[in-house]
Amino acid sequence: MQLKNIFKFNGGVHPDENKIASTRLPIAKLAIPKKLVLPLRQHVGHVAKIKVKPGDQVLKGQIIAEADGNISASIHAPTSGKILKISEEILPHPSGLPDFCITIEPDFKDTWIEKKPISWKKIDKAQLIEALSQSGIVGLGGAVFPTHMKLKINQNQSIHTLVINAAECEPFITCDDMLMRERADEIIQGSLIAQSILGAEKCVVGIEDNKIEAYEALKKAAQKTAVEIKVVPTLYPSGDAKRLIYLLMGIEVPKEKRSVDLGIQVFNVATVGAIYRYLELGEPSISRIVTITGAVKTPQNYEVLFGTPLSDLIKAAGGSSNKTKKFIMGGPMMGFDLPSIHVPVTKAMNCVIESSPELFPAPKPVMPCIRCARCADACPVNLQPQELYWFSKSSQLEKAREYNLFDCIECGCCTYVCPSNIPLVQFYRYAKSEIIAQDKSKEAANTARERNEFRLARIEREKKERAERHAQKALGAQDKQAEDEKKSTIAAAMERVKQNQQENIKN
Amino acid sequence: MITALLVMIFLAILLGLVLGYSAIKFKVDGDPMVARIDAILPQTQCGQCGYPGCKPYATAIAKGEADINQCPPGGDAGAKALAELMGMEFKPVNEEHGIQKPKSVALIDELTCIGCTLCIQACPVDAILGAAKQMHTIIASECTGCELCLPPCPVDCITMEPVLENSESWKWKYPIYNIQKAQKA
Repeated sequence: MQLKNIFKFNGGVHPDENKIASTRLPIAKLAIPKKLVLPLRQHVGHVAKIKVKPGDQVLKGQIIAEADGNISASIHAPTSGKILKISEEILPHPSGLPDFCITIEPDFKDTWIEKKPISWKKIDKAQLIEALSQSGIVGLGGAVFPTHMKLKINQNQSIHTLVINAAECEPFITCDDMLMRERADEIIQGSLIAQSILGAEKCVVGIEDNKIEAYEALKKAAQKTAVEIKVVPTLYPSGDAKRLIYLLMGIEVPKEKRSVDLGIQVFNVATVGAIYRYLELGEPSISRIVTITGAVKTPQNYEVLFGTPLSDLIKAAGGSSNKTKKFIMGGPMMGFDLPSIHVPVTKAMNCVIESSPELFPAPKPVMPCIRCARCADACPVNLQPQELYWFSKSSQLEKAREYNLFDCIECGCCTYVCPSNIPLVQFYRYAKSEIIAQDKSKEAANTARERNEFRLARIEREKKERAERHAQKALGAQDKQAEDEKKSTIAAAMERVKQNQQENIKN
Repeated sequence: MITALLVMIFLAILLGLVLGYSAIKFKVDGDPMVARIDAILPQTQCGQCGYPGCKPYATAIAKGEADINQCPPGGDAGAKALAELMGMEFKPVNEEHGIQKPKSVALIDELTCIGCTLCIQACPVDAILGAAKQMHTIIASECTGCELCLPPCPVDCITMEPVLENSESWKWKYPIYNIQKAQKA
């Protein structure tokens, strides 16, 4: 393993890795649960459209909710069974609010629908992307953005490099690590497919130097291919896409631009693995690898069907050995406390950590900011976290936006180094969602104004039209009167003529 | 002396022409202040301020006829923004114009609706769909919650439903943590 040509970004931190515990055992398959709860919103974009009704029989891999529009993803039945109900259930989301889910009662026969592998080399790109939009594949690194949209490249864009994100920098999480160790071939094959769809010249895998076994496995799988495996130093947050691009290529993605604008596309290892499985084997996105670790008895990685109750996974890992029963979804840096253990496993769930007072001691008392600027030194995006903190705390939202609040990746490095234990990221999250809500209500107000103005204009127009009609009618009436008069004059004249004639005849 | 006078007259004519031309060329339609005030107002079009809509109220504020605290849907935050824009002292919303309440949208009880179209005529943003003797319904995404459809309804089938938070509109809350007593060294 060599660290060559690496461009180090500013800041970053070195939290305890805590990765070894969950890599001792191979990936295990979690048994089919008694029921599967599949949220319709598991991805970024539009909610999927329901295609089934309660009582329907479905087969494994059958689409039960279809992608609605371009930025959306389909949802497939993870096993065969009966649709039990469509109802609101609690989701693994920091809000703890319920949303619509499809519940399946498995028949435990696990019968596949007819698998249709796609000969991706033969069909054209538009068809291929159309096919992938049915795959249900979303970014499995946690961003859950529909993958087919990332493969769809505008005509005026061209991609020169495909970056495969294998950094997995956050502590505790090992799902990508284990996937690479056990299924390196699938990842390399998937990378090559993605590279060919994008038409990229180069394909680089970026992996942190703490994953030696995964590196060896990838290296072996990539032996006869042009895929380059590049090692980056273990430093949080090297797994952030823009940080990884900088580490590997020294290219900084400017504000308000995406890496695609610079000709670089990034995929997570698990995502390219899923692309391979869909195209070569005809298997849609119905499961993922989840790390269950922390205070559980046997930390391990499981291949879990989407919709499996989290409580089943916890039970499989030896259950909770302490009384706190607090679980974190994601890693300790960016994750959040789960509202309940009775939530389903979703496409975004990469890791679940059982919290315990030993692992995560209660936060120390918060003290005032002493303006030491350690957070600025740690910030990998080169922001001024202390300024953002003051603006967010005092709700000066416009000011926070001016100081590039929306470039913050919420990695938590600032919170990690803060000597006053200030929960900085929480303030940024608050400010961000407040700004987004304000923008939305402003947009709604603009629509309301437009509609109101249109209505007033319409009423005005109708009034005018009515007045015109009245005027026309009045005019018409006048004409008629005039005509009547004319007619009666003519009639009278004719009468006179007749009388004259009669008189003449008499004479 | 004559030269100086001529120069001054020439300059006066020239500048007069320039000013006259720019007055026509760069004429601003309407009062820009009205548009800026209107941008702050929530566009509920409810008329609680005593004017027939947000724009008339904005015009009245710009003319100095109305106070800045007559808009309950805009709330204290709106009054604050207006105070900042107008360079005035902030005043909390005057309760005579109505109380501040969370955003709601109207809901028609479709079983009771008789299809009289009175609410359609009252709606300032055309958010009600229906026809004479046909059931009416509210387009919730367009409803501003102005409550103007409530009084004309002869069968009282419209209710205001507060907009609940869902997983899409959910916001991160302001962080709250306990302040601890300083320990003596």
